[in-house]
Amino acid sequence: MFSIFRSTLRLGVAFCLVLGLSACREAEREYTDDGRLIVSYWEHWQGFEKEAMQAVVDDFNASQDRIFVKMLAVSQIEQKFVLATAGGVPPDIAGLWARHVAPFAEKGALIPLGPYLAEAGITGDQYIPAIWDLVNYRGLTWALPSTPASIGLHWNKRMFREAGLDPERPPRSLAELEAMNEVLTVVDVRRDGQTQRVRYTELTDAEKADKDFDIVTMGFTPNEPGWWTGMNGYWFGAELWDGERQLTATTPENIAAVAWYAGYPEKYGVDNLKKFGASFGGNFASPQNPFLDERIAMVLQGVWMYNFIDQFSPQLEWSATAFPVDDPEARPNTTIVDCDVLVIPRGAKNPDEAFEFIRFVNQQKNMEKLCLGQRKFSPLREYSDDFVQRHPHPYIELFIDLANSPNARLMPKLPVGEEYIAELLNAYSLAFGGLSTPEDALAYAGQRAQWKFDRVNRRWDQTGEMRMREWRGVDP
Amino acid sequence: MTRNERRQLAKGMLFISPWVVGFALFGVYPICMAVYYSFCDYDVLRSAVWIGSENYTDMVSDDVFWKALYNTLVYALFSVPLGLMLALVIAVLLNRPILGRSFFRTFFYIPSIVPLVAVAMVWLWLFNGDLGLVNFGLSLIGIGGPQWLADAAWTKPTLILSSVWQVGGAMVLFLAGLQDVPKSLYESADLDGASPFGQFWHISVPMVSPVIYFNLVMGIIGSIQEFVKPFVMLPGGGENRSALLFAVYIYENAFLYGNMGYACAMAIVLFFIIAFLTWLATRAMNRHVYYAGD
Repeated sequence: MFSIFRSTLRLGVAFCLVLGLSACREAEREYTDDGRLIVSYWEHWQGFEKEAMQAVVDDFNASQDRIFVKMLAVSQIEQKFVLATAGGVPPDIAGLWARHVAPFAEKGALIPLGPYLAEAGITGDQYIPAIWDLVNYRGLTWALPSTPASIGLHWNKRMFREAGLDPERPPRSLAELEAMNEVLTVVDVRRDGQTQRVRYTELTDAEKADKDFDIVTMGFTPNEPGWWTGMNGYWFGAELWDGERQLTATTPENIAAVAWYAGYPEKYGVDNLKKFGASFGGNFASPQNPFLDERIAMVLQGVWMYNFIDQFSPQLEWSATAFPVDDPEARPNTTIVDCDVLVIPRGAKNPDEAFEFIRFVNQQKNMEKLCLGQRKFSPLREYSDDFVQRHPHPYIELFIDLANSPNARLMPKLPVGEEYIAELLNAYSLAFGGLSTPEDALAYAGQRAQWKFDRVNRRWDQTGEMRMREWRGVDP
Repeated sequence: MTRNERRQLAKGMLFISPWVVGFALFGVYPICMAVYYSFCDYDVLRSAVWIGSENYTDMVSDDVFWKALYNTLVYALFSVPLGLMLALVIAVLLNRPILGRSFFRTFFYIPSIVPLVAVAMVWLWLFNGDLGLVNFGLSLIGIGGPQWLADAAWTKPTLILSSVWQVGGAMVLFLAGLQDVPKSLYESADLDGASPFGQFWHISVPMVSPVIYFNLVMGIIGSIQEFVKPFVMLPGGGENRSALLFAVYIYENAFLYGNMGYACAMAIVLFFIIAFLTWLATRAMNRHVYYAGD
């Protein structure tokens, strides 16, 4: 019997050894059959955007006899990235969003690219300034862009024409947006026992006050899609933090933005707006998108919106322009710029080779191929003469101009940026539902986010100096 | 201990070792680390820094923590009794000799084997404020349904109502308990002229009281840990975080914002809340549970 025990014990030890060896092997470099080093690359894109990047990866692999980049599309990449990096088995390259740069850099999950950039001769002045700003944090560069985006107002020309508006004249100020919204909004109202379909401007004062109507179509509603609601203050010239350690949620401009947002339910009725919003079904990438099925005439969207128009509603008569602001003379071409980025995680097995690929992507020819494939614009300041002509997006120049605008704004580059935006979003939601005043809602949001920011800053005070020495001393 | 006994012990230990090792590695170790991290500033990516009880003191001043706790307790307070009553009533009805009994038993249990994400998606459409079947049904009887998912006043009731979907498991246990009740008790009650409700109240309920107790404890644990439905149906907790449940808030801190230390502290608190409520339920039920073997 004891021999069974010994045999089983041996088996167990062998199993553990195999496990251990597998773990060791995991840390080794892997090669293709023809001897090329395999560089693993996780990317968040799916569908045609992934295919566009795959084409660039294929070009890179074809140009190489030393490196082979293996791309893997990964859903919920930020969570898997954190776990893989914490576990010591990250990919060599990760395609993330710019909003991840600050928190992941702060937490030591990324390799600073400074020495690589110096060696490759890549400098910030080769990029659109707002985009270069996105990949920098605490004075160091942590990522290089892949494809960028800026956002603007998209409008439906047919709906403008039917409402008696000039289809070539979009709103420039928020006041104009409001006025056009009233004309473009169509409601069902009960009159003398009958349901009548009329424009909002045709309602009597009593009907407007009662708000006893159903919204059929709207000119604009600020919570569709609501992806940048926390940054609505930018349309009023607001700052969300002082650039140092103080969040500035309660500035007059931010309060004005929340008041503007809360003005919609005051005018159109909170239940009416909620019911109208529920009718969208929540699926952006579908023909039921309210802008694509012409239930909303104007929407704040990014450069990518063209892809969905082309796919789901090619007959749509549309155009795009800068989103209206409170004072268009003072702040023309205001936009929010975002970017997909390529980073090298700390613990990557092949950082040098990883950078070689990132550098390849950031060469003008390859970047333009990627951006044409994803139908976005290049993050590089210079682009080839025929880039715009070859580009399928009819208004791509507008989005390039917006990204280059001095009024291009960014999501706050804070380690608690996402939490701050979530708190601001809650503040907007409270005011929208009539559950709080703009002042109180923002004070609460600012206080909660500041509490979190202070905590991060306390830790930075203890470890920041050491971190900066470590980061600046990184030797590629 | 003789040599033979030692050998027997070694063999026994060997055979249970896969479970012991698994439990130690994937049960005890993570729990111990969660307790340790609850006293640390820990974001997964950096090494943990000991900060003493700061996570716990932060929790006291964190409004959202209290809101999530309140929401969770309200959810448990209503969903557990509702689920228990519904499961018991269905079980009693399905215990009667009706036509197609097996079909109905299967029919009522099927929702319990549907993945929770799919269940949440179904409820999302049922409770849609404009296109939902619930509001359509209400409109047929002249009631304008509310914005179930968009109105802070209705988000918790929506979650509670949607919890009825999961009564299948409890129903099966009740059914098993009811089938163990001796028929002679009902026959005696019949002879004494007891009404059907009287028989249910004075015979069925006491006889299945151990199952009620078990389902109550499981219901409390399950509802306090409720995650999937609120996470899918009401991202971020809905308007004014009115349906932000405790487990979702833990998830947000741990995996969205990287506050793993704080999330661990909340998980420990959650453990004690569940332990306390379980103890409370045990105390409350102690005198009312009848075990036939006693």
